[in-house]
Amino acid sequence: MLSSLAGVLFDGFAYGMLLFLLSVGLSVTLGMMNFVNLAHCSFAMVGAYATFSLVGRHGWPFLATLPMAFIAAAVISVILERTLYRRLYRASDLDQCLFTIGIVFISIAVYAWFYTTEQQSVQVPDWLKGAQHVGAMSFANYRIFLVVIGLAITAALVLLVERTRFGAQVRAAVDNQRMARGLGIDVDRAFMFTFALGGGLAGLGGALSIQMVGLDPTFALAYLVYVLIVVAVGGLGSIGGSFAAAVVLGISDMAGKYYFPWLGAFLIYLVMVALLMWRPQGLFGKR
Amino acid sequence: MALELPKGARYALIGPNGAGKTTLINLLTGMLAADSGTILLDGADITSLKPYQRVHRGLARTFQINTLFPRLTALESVTLAVLERDGHAHNWWRGLAAHRQAIDEAAGILRSLNIPDRETAELAYGQQRLLEIALALATRPRVLLLDEPGAGVPRDESAALFSAIESLSGELTILFIEHDMNVVFRFASRIIVMVGGRILLEGSPDEVGRDPRVREVYLGGHARAA
Amino acid sequence: MENARFRPLEYVFWACTLLPFLVTPSYLSLASQVAVTALFALSLDLILGYAGIVSLGHAAFFGMGAYTAGLIAKHYWTEPLSGLLVAAVSAGVLGYLLSHIVVRFRHLALIMLTMGFGLLLAEAANSASALTGGADGLQGFHVPGVLGFKFDMFGRAAYAYALAVLFLCFLVARRIIHSPFGLALRGIRENATRMPAIGAPTLAHLRKAYTIAAVIAGIAGAVLTHTTSTVSLETLSFGRSADVLVILILGGAGRLYGGIIGAIIYMVARDQFSGVNPQYWYFWIGLLLVAVVMFLPNGILGGLRALRKKPQ
Repeated sequence: MLSSLAGVLFDGFAYGMLLFLLSVGLSVTLGMMNFVNLAHCSFAMVGAYATFSLVGRHGWPFLATLPMAFIAAAVISVILERTLYRRLYRASDLDQCLFTIGIVFISIAVYAWFYTTEQQSVQVPDWLKGAQHVGAMSFANYRIFLVVIGLAITAALVLLVERTRFGAQVRAAVDNQRMARGLGIDVDRAFMFTFALGGGLAGLGGALSIQMVGLDPTFALAYLVYVLIVVAVGGLGSIGGSFAAAVVLGISDMAGKYYFPWLGAFLIYLVMVALLMWRPQGLFGKR
Repeated sequence: MALELPKGARYALIGPNGAGKTTLINLLTGMLAADSGTILLDGADITSLKPYQRVHRGLARTFQINTLFPRLTALESVTLAVLERDGHAHNWWRGLAAHRQAIDEAAGILRSLNIPDRETAELAYGQQRLLEIALALATRPRVLLLDEPGAGVPRDESAALFSAIESLSGELTILFIEHDMNVVFRFASRIIVMVGGRILLEGSPDEVGRDPRVREVYLGGHARAA
Repeated sequence: MENARFRPLEYVFWACTLLPFLVTPSYLSLASQVAVTALFALSLDLILGYAGIVSLGHAAFFGMGAYTAGLIAKHYWTEPLSGLLVAAVSAGVLGYLLSHIVVRFRHLALIMLTMGFGLLLAEAANSASALTGGADGLQGFHVPGVLGFKFDMFGRAAYAYALAVLFLCFLVARRIIHSPFGLALRGIRENATRMPAIGAPTLAHLRKAYTIAAVIAGIAGAVLTHTTSTVSLETLSFGRSADVLVILILGGAGRLYGGIIGAIIYMVARDQFSGVNPQYWYFWIGLLLVAVVMFLPNGILGGLRALRKKPQ
């Protein structure tokens, strides 16, 4: 019982790291521009299929494809932001939702066209397979890898936001966009970089998730709900909030599946609804 | 702060920007929750009532920035206010046309203020300011709080606006926020001066005009009794 | 004031809804599906188009009606009209209960909450497989017909039933939006801040609108159950909530006919395009969504209206 609890906690934490990577970008861009980008998971899918192609069709080593997944998703997200999204910053919530859902649908169809609708997997190096055993408990290598990457990226993000000039601009823009503009901060430029960074992280998250959850074109929709939960519960524009919400969600999802398999995702949704009713602005949200 | 508005009085609420004039209206109407204190209307405690309930008790307001229904016509907007007042807006079965009385009453209010019946968004700005007042009047208030009714209206039109306000029933207690001292001293029977969230002074236009503290607040600017 | 009388074009439109009987009898079952979806979209229009509440979980009420009707037909009786009534009441009760929570929220929290309740109900139905049949759906019942007309393989009675219910509910909805209450809903949509200042109990209005919309959505779900003699989990799914939103926006929200026009175009197009591979259907509907938001902010009906106004 105890060892299963530790296992569930660990697996849930690793899963939470994935959810964090997938959602942190959306949280920050929503906080900055109030733009509801439901196509965020499509960016993750761009990264995931980049890794899948490079490993499966061109024989790249798995690790080398991860930066490419980041770059591919970042580039695509900037192109979309520059050409389409910026026209909709002043549109209503509903219009933004519909427009970006449209993008999701298109991305699903395009990937289905090029990669079929089959569930794909990816070859990872041998040292990422297998598990470490501590007493009666075992920890899958890949999940340890996920936790390490997740924590490293969280630390890097916190440093970036708290310690750099760019981070200060982003914080100012999230806090009060008009004031930030008044102070001479180029909010549009800061937003473009944030959008690229967020999209890239989602792409990385997508690439890392193949090994854990598989990959098919409905990825863009299937994980959207989880990402939205993280963002809504964590509070807009909050890295710490997203991290906490992702970990809570990851662990409760794993625990739910392990201890109450007959409930399915019921527990997760219940937690989300309860948290939202308690704090509509999210756990760490200010507005 | 303590403030009492006797029936039928025409109060002007003045004070520098940030003095808390609009906040006071928001507190009185319940749009902001008061931390402490009580608000009485005709002796009844309305402090715990919701904003819409206070309207039903006879406390109506207008907004400094037009807060209207852009895609409803003027007549629809005012009719809606009349229907809400009489509790008919719950009715989802009888057609609007069956509520002839409400429509006629609304049309009467529009006529008395010279507002044409067009879609609100298409009305001239001055007419929209009047529609703000028409909506409040349709609730048949006993106390009417006007938040800068003349905001943004050119000086020559604002005289007409305030004449319309002046001609309202003498039964009605009116409190208006206004920055133009000519208007204030011409239309107010009493003046309240607010500074820094407190009431500095309350008195007749003469008393207020002579008070050295008021002159100080306005830096001797335009605080002259007209 | 808007005129509540039927306009000539409306008579023409409703006459056209009879065409499938004569012109395309082989598509009658599709026509029934269109009528059901149009009714569902109409119910969403009452809260989204008129009162301005966005919902990404409206399928909760559709599914509630569908399952209620299915359970009654399976365990109790198969007469559809009384089943329809019970389904409407059960969806209405659910809507009334949820309305107390939902109307207090706005923006992202509102979207997430409505979605959350929808997902909760879908998961609950999935888990309670003893009652609902779980992922296999509720099967093993047959609704023979309505008022003596048999639901046969040609689908004439089924379409007549769906169309009649749609038309009656449409008349009710039309009556509501031309009533004082309908005016109050438009007031809330136009300016929710002003409403309390003219003495309007905004939350009570919204709760009522939400409950009425839930009833109509439940009726739509029940009609689907009766005409297909099966209930699938899909009736409660997020996909159905998203679809109906797309349909309404596509047709034009806040104009009663928007949902119906949207349903016709969407369902017929899906029937034509998704034959090869349902995934590709996503491409067209995605493109359509992007185009509507960019170029037709008021939907197809709004666009037509703007075209008609211009020459004058």
